[in-house]
Amino acid sequence: MDKILLSHGGGGKKTQALLKEVFLQSFGAGELSKLDDGAIFDSYVISTDSYVVNPLFFPGGDIGKLAASGSINDVVSMGAEPLYMSAGFIIEEGFPVSDLKRIVKSLADTIKSIGVELITGDTKVVEKGKCDGVYINTTGIGRIVKELSVERIRPGNLVVINGNIAEHGLSILLARNEYGISSGIKSDCMELWTLIRPALELDIRFMRDATRGGLAAVLNEVVSSDWGIELYQDKIPISEEVKGMCEMLGLDPLTVANEGKMVIFVSEDDVEKLIEILRKHPGGKDAEVIGRVVDDVKGRVVEKTVVGTRRIVDMPVGEGLPRIC
Amino acid sequence: MKFVDEFRDSTVIRELVEKLQNFSFATPVNIMEVCGTHTVSIHRFGLHRVLPENVKHVSGPGCPVCVTPNEYLDMAIALARMEGFVITTFGDMMRVPGSRSSLEKENASGADIRVVYSPMDALKMAENEKDRTFVFLAVGFETTAPGIAATVKEAKKLGLKNFYILPGNKTMPQALKALIDDPEVKIDGFLLPGHVSTIVGSNEYRFIPEDYGIPCAVSGFEPADILMGFISILRQIKEGKPSVENTYLRSVRPEGNIVAKAIMKEVFVPCDSEWRGIGVIPDSGLDLAPDYMDFDIRRKVEIEIEEPVEYPGCRCGEVLKGLVLPPECPLFGKVCTPENPVGACMVSSEGSCSAYYKYG
Amino acid sequence: MCLGVPMKIVEVKGDSALCEFSGSKREVSLKLLPEAKVGDYVIVHAGFAIQKLDEKDALETLKMLQEAGII
Repeated sequence: MDKILLSHGGGGKKTQALLKEVFLQSFGAGELSKLDDGAIFDSYVISTDSYVVNPLFFPGGDIGKLAASGSINDVVSMGAEPLYMSAGFIIEEGFPVSDLKRIVKSLADTIKSIGVELITGDTKVVEKGKCDGVYINTTGIGRIVKELSVERIRPGNLVVINGNIAEHGLSILLARNEYGISSGIKSDCMELWTLIRPALELDIRFMRDATRGGLAAVLNEVVSSDWGIELYQDKIPISEEVKGMCEMLGLDPLTVANEGKMVIFVSEDDVEKLIEILRKHPGGKDAEVIGRVVDDVKGRVVEKTVVGTRRIVDMPVGEGLPRIC
Repeated sequence: MKFVDEFRDSTVIRELVEKLQNFSFATPVNIMEVCGTHTVSIHRFGLHRVLPENVKHVSGPGCPVCVTPNEYLDMAIALARMEGFVITTFGDMMRVPGSRSSLEKENASGADIRVVYSPMDALKMAENEKDRTFVFLAVGFETTAPGIAATVKEAKKLGLKNFYILPGNKTMPQALKALIDDPEVKIDGFLLPGHVSTIVGSNEYRFIPEDYGIPCAVSGFEPADILMGFISILRQIKEGKPSVENTYLRSVRPEGNIVAKAIMKEVFVPCDSEWRGIGVIPDSGLDLAPDYMDFDIRRKVEIEIEEPVEYPGCRCGEVLKGLVLPPECPLFGKVCTPENPVGACMVSSEGSCSAYYKYG
Repeated sequence: MCLGVPMKIVEVKGDSALCEFSGSKREVSLKLLPEAKVGDYVIVHAGFAIQKLDEKDALETLKMLQEAGII
């Protein structure tokens, strides 16, 4: 690694290499080395994330809603109730105030809707051309409601997702209009606290929100040397529109980003109750059991195909590029 | 998805798998597929795992990115570094390692490299930005070449002076012939590429059964299509009656797409072409015809590159000929991985090494 | 190479057409398939329609290939 490439930010193997070679080298062992979505201190969770999405407004959301829900969801995935948030804005000289107002309102609406309070913040203005409109960093703080950990996952646990995958990544591609395709696909960007809260009473073992790198990246991050995950190809919820656009561009929907999808590991006893609870919420109406923790493959994610065979689902490498050939 | 979902239907697939598994062979049978999209589809659906005992699927030189020699990429990279140049390319080429760099790395260093869905998109960019020189990386087989030909023709009609291609297209039948003529290679049946065949027509391959006695089946890309292709080949082997059978009825005609072939013939002329790992195959490449030569960037600027280098130990060549499976290469999964590819078969998502690594 | 998808022609504009596949729309060149009409299904590769699809579904294909003794 001599130069940072865009694929180092894609959430796949190259991102992992960057974290290990640069960051863990300097910070070493400790809470950070877990490379979790957030960290635990006392009975609280803290999670930080930066948002640099281009374009700033896209079907289904904008950078404000994304910055709010992204950090909320990271806190929720640690089994915590989100309480407070900080936000830092880096704004490009010349940026329209009306757009900034829209973005800030969108961030505010999202956190207020679940009672999260913005308690500190920062703004910086940089010269024209030094950033792309607006970048936002948010930090979410929450109180632990349920202790979750990857160590609590056991073979036989089931893997549940709350709905259709790959919508956010494609909505961004559409908004950039790079490949001349139009479609009604909207980003799934949303806060997941109201969806997950009632499910925390159940025997949930672990959760992760499947963002950049998609479902494939998240599952490959959690598999351990003692067990693997088997997905069911025909159970993974995907809208027809998303399937179609992925076919057109040669993209694997399992590797495309989401911004409102929680992957939940649950005991077999509670899986039906979980699905029932999730489906009551608009953000969970397409919830499905998509796979199972197995011990006949270890350290790997595999997918049971419609043909009845198994294929390996690998960690995506970098940013998904359309394949024509 | 019309014409897609029904060919992925589990009942149809089960019936075909059962049929396929009814075949049995006492001696090894090698079926080669020569299309990257077949490679991906076979691995994505695990179709190589339902073949009867003794029947092996091997991936031939069917991924255009994989067979593109380092020298071509080195030239593309040299062009990307030139002042005022924009490289336009299919996404597949971005991460392919040249001798010393890749387009992705050049992009990070400030070169203007744009991924396009269609060569026509590159043409439109050139029309809109007349102060920059656009080069489209013309790679791909007969499926892709006619579209590139039509784009060059349009550029000529529009009188565009800032749109060029770097010719690198290749043609499949000549490569198949070279492969069969290689005494090392032993193939018992070819699964022929559905979309190349859509253009060239199924008649184009009749020399394979007629001159060499090898069974062929033209196949589409959904699981049911590929299974039908496998069944057709195995049945022909059993019956000892090799021919070219078409199982991709909805898209492939015996004569192919006549308009597309005519445009290709007008704009391109055959040339000798180097295939990575295989070497130079006579008449297997496409250069611009005299009337369109002005669109060849190599005639407009001098492209200086250092001597191309290949990584020692890389067995891409033997993989492409179906002599070894990817895991048999000493670099596979160790030095050579999708995030750090050595050979092109690993970098392209259609490459057989990449498909083996990713899907198993 | 050769990823191609079966798109339906929604509207023809000169030598290009607006095509649709499972909710995604894109302009596609008809330079290689000048006879294509609205309502036709065509295989699209890299922005070009390369062939008109014969409207045989999977079961029909299977039946035809079985009758021909191919599978």
